Amino acid sequence: MAEQVVAEDVASVREQREALKQQEQARAGGAGAETTAPAAAPGRDQPLYADRVKVYPRKVSGTFRRLKWAALGLLLGIYYLVPWIRWDRGPNAPDQAVLIDMPSRRAYFFFIEIWPQEVYYLTGLLILGAVGLFLVTSVAGRVWCGYACPQTVWTDLFMWVERLVEGDRNARIRLDRQPLSAEKVGRKAAKHGIWLLMAFLTGGAWIMYFKDAPTLVAELVTFEASQSVWLFIGLFTATTYLLAGWAREQVCTYMCPWPRFQAAMFDEDTLIVTYQRWRGEPRGKLKKGENDDWSKRGDCIDCKACVAVCPTGIDIRDGQQLECISCALCIDACNDVMAKIGRPPNLIGYDTEANQIAQEQGKPRPRWKLLRIRTLFYALLFVGVAAVMLGQLLFRDTLDINVLHDRNPLFVTLSNGDIRNGYTVKLLNKTRERRAFVLGFEGLPGATMEVLGEPAQGQRVPLVAEPDSVATYDIQVRAPRSQVTGETRPVSFTLTDPDSGETVVYDSVFRGPER
Amino acid sequence: MPTKIEKDAVTGTETTGHEWDGIKELNTPLPKWWLYVFYATIAWSLVYFVLYPAIPYLSGATEGVLGWSSREQVVKQLAEAEAAQAEYLEAIGGTELAAISDDATLFEFARRGGEAAFNENCAQCHGVGGAGNPGGFPVLADDVWLWGGTLEAIHTTLQHGIRWNDDPETRFSEMPPYGDIFSREEIGQVADYVLSLSGQVPEGADLEAGATLFADNCAACHGEQGGGMNELGAPRLNDAVWLYGGQREEIVSQITRPRHGVMPAWGGRLDEDTVKMLTIYVHSLGGGE
Repeated sequence: MAEQVVAEDVASVREQREALKQQEQARAGGAGAETTAPAAAPGRDQPLYADRVKVYPRKVSGTFRRLKWAALGLLLGIYYLVPWIRWDRGPNAPDQAVLIDMPSRRAYFFFIEIWPQEVYYLTGLLILGAVGLFLVTSVAGRVWCGYACPQTVWTDLFMWVERLVEGDRNARIRLDRQPLSAEKVGRKAAKHGIWLLMAFLTGGAWIMYFKDAPTLVAELVTFEASQSVWLFIGLFTATTYLLAGWAREQVCTYMCPWPRFQAAMFDEDTLIVTYQRWRGEPRGKLKKGENDDWSKRGDCIDCKACVAVCPTGIDIRDGQQLECISCALCIDACNDVMAKIGRPPNLIGYDTEANQIAQEQGKPRPRWKLLRIRTLFYALLFVGVAAVMLGQLLFRDTLDINVLHDRNPLFVTLSNGDIRNGYTVKLLNKTRERRAFVLGFEGLPGATMEVLGEPAQGQRVPLVAEPDSVATYDIQVRAPRSQVTGETRPVSFTLTDPDSGETVVYDSVFRGPER
Repeated sequence: MPTKIEKDAVTGTETTGHEWDGIKELNTPLPKWWLYVFYATIAWSLVYFVLYPAIPYLSGATEGVLGWSSREQVVKQLAEAEAAQAEYLEAIGGTELAAISDDATLFEFARRGGEAAFNENCAQCHGVGGAGNPGGFPVLADDVWLWGGTLEAIHTTLQHGIRWNDDPETRFSEMPPYGDIFSREEIGQVADYVLSLSGQVPEGADLEAGATLFADNCAACHGEQGGGMNELGAPRLNDAVWLYGGQREEIVSQITRPRHGVMPAWGGRLDEDTVKMLTIYVHSLGGGE
């Protein structure tokens, strides 16, 4: 019943490197004495630079491949479609739902509008992103790397194109070994052409988050887009093409810092892509009638399907490695083989270190602990930060006041002995309507305000803020000498919207002479 | 120094021989493309050497094919800034002083331009923001003026200066040194009377005698009630602001041997537009009349 499984002619990147090194050593040893190659003096022949070993991942199908396609479709869909969602904000405001408007210093996200002063929301998002990443990693390993990272998504897409144009693993290896021919040039040109086109679309879509999407497309089609637009599209086209087409796993292995410290989030209950050593060993090629007694051997038939499909070119059977992006394609490949030889699936699977240890010692499978101090801490932190941000957003004031006390002069003595302080008052009107306010000054009896360039004066003065802008007023407060005691005295400005009753208070100080 | 180079059992990679607290460093070879990126940056720097000023010699440096220099860039940027300001400066030149505040944008431009010129030329004596300085440098942010606080008066002061001999139209006045005229006792009496003008009555003061001396000698310039006189730059004496200090001994000193401030005439040094903007700025500091 078991189908014949052909072992793949494949070696992991590490094995290929090792083989290359041994070849060189053998050559060096062979030229000298005929004796068994003496171990070269350590530190002498260690190469400083390593050639890249090209990885030719084979096509694979299965649960995780489908999951990956689904994630890819979803993420790319979001990336390309979101800029086209419209959101009515009334006149004089962009109607794009998600837009970072650099020239007018505003960021829009559906109903949220962020001013540069509120960039802490971005900080909050970054903290959420980091904590979310830690949480997911401590639960299920490098899910981000395997499914959601743009580097993974675009590399996957580019590999799909490569397979379409040049064929699967063996065909690609053959094509690369072939001498130059019209067919080879044609296929390579087609591949790179499609890659560049996709990279251009990637770069173009990125700009849509910074400029109105329909306008941008119209400008691009009619070649009326500004130089900077072309420059940035060119930049993102180039990086996409280089990173997804050429650099691929080198980005994860050598450039990205995340693989270097992700192990810090792992513990023995983290689900990671694991080869079940206790079940697979001793491994060996399966020969009918010779060694097919499963009670005497391990389940791994050393077919190397897991190595052949790996996009980073590692052998998962070597254990945890920083190159492993947890894409789980080796699980699909191995399950395929297990089904063919009639053995239970998941020789490679998502499993915990705790279970591995238990199984090797012949103990029963320990209960998987989702709730651990680590995961609970990350989850609480995530919820906490999210709650604070949500609260901030929900109760975000549509008006804000900033008061700067003049530093030069700190105070002025007037002819009748009164003390006067100057303040720069900034009113932030975050609505789309012109708003009239009343500014009050409290904390100093007898104090009166004067507004530079405005007739108003007294204890309460009317001020106006234009829509979606900051109104700046120079305000001078004078108080009788008898009321000003001590160098500083706490005072406050209250800004009230008489229509809505909305009030904000800003605490400041009033300064006077020492005595 | 590396001591013991060995092969790491787990990875099969040689160590560098460096060891810290039992942790050994693997001598993992660098990917070649990384080396090539480094070479590419060197090549890129060579392009820069050719295009831009790069190799210094004793007086100067190679000019580069593009002929770019930071000095020229600054000149260009300054020209651009001036071109952007031209419209407003022209408007200021063509607008009466009093009418500038009618146009909010022009007023703001004049104030900011005046502030820049003030910080460059005036703040050394008058302090940033017109805060004044002890020793006879008047506060410009208060409501007390020696030579008048109207736009016109401020403009004239700025244009021609005070006691500035090079300008024939400069503002000029001098208080005689009463140390040569009055006796010590008389000077004390006058000082007491001056203090009383702002409501401060020193103990045991002979105000009668002081009042007579004041009316005969001082009131001509400082006014009967010590209200001062802007036309002569005679300070007001019945307020809370003192140019050379309001303590009795300071007043005595000023009567005995008066000090007089000097301010340069800015008319010839700064262009008319700048003087106008300075006028607007000083007037807006808080005491403009």
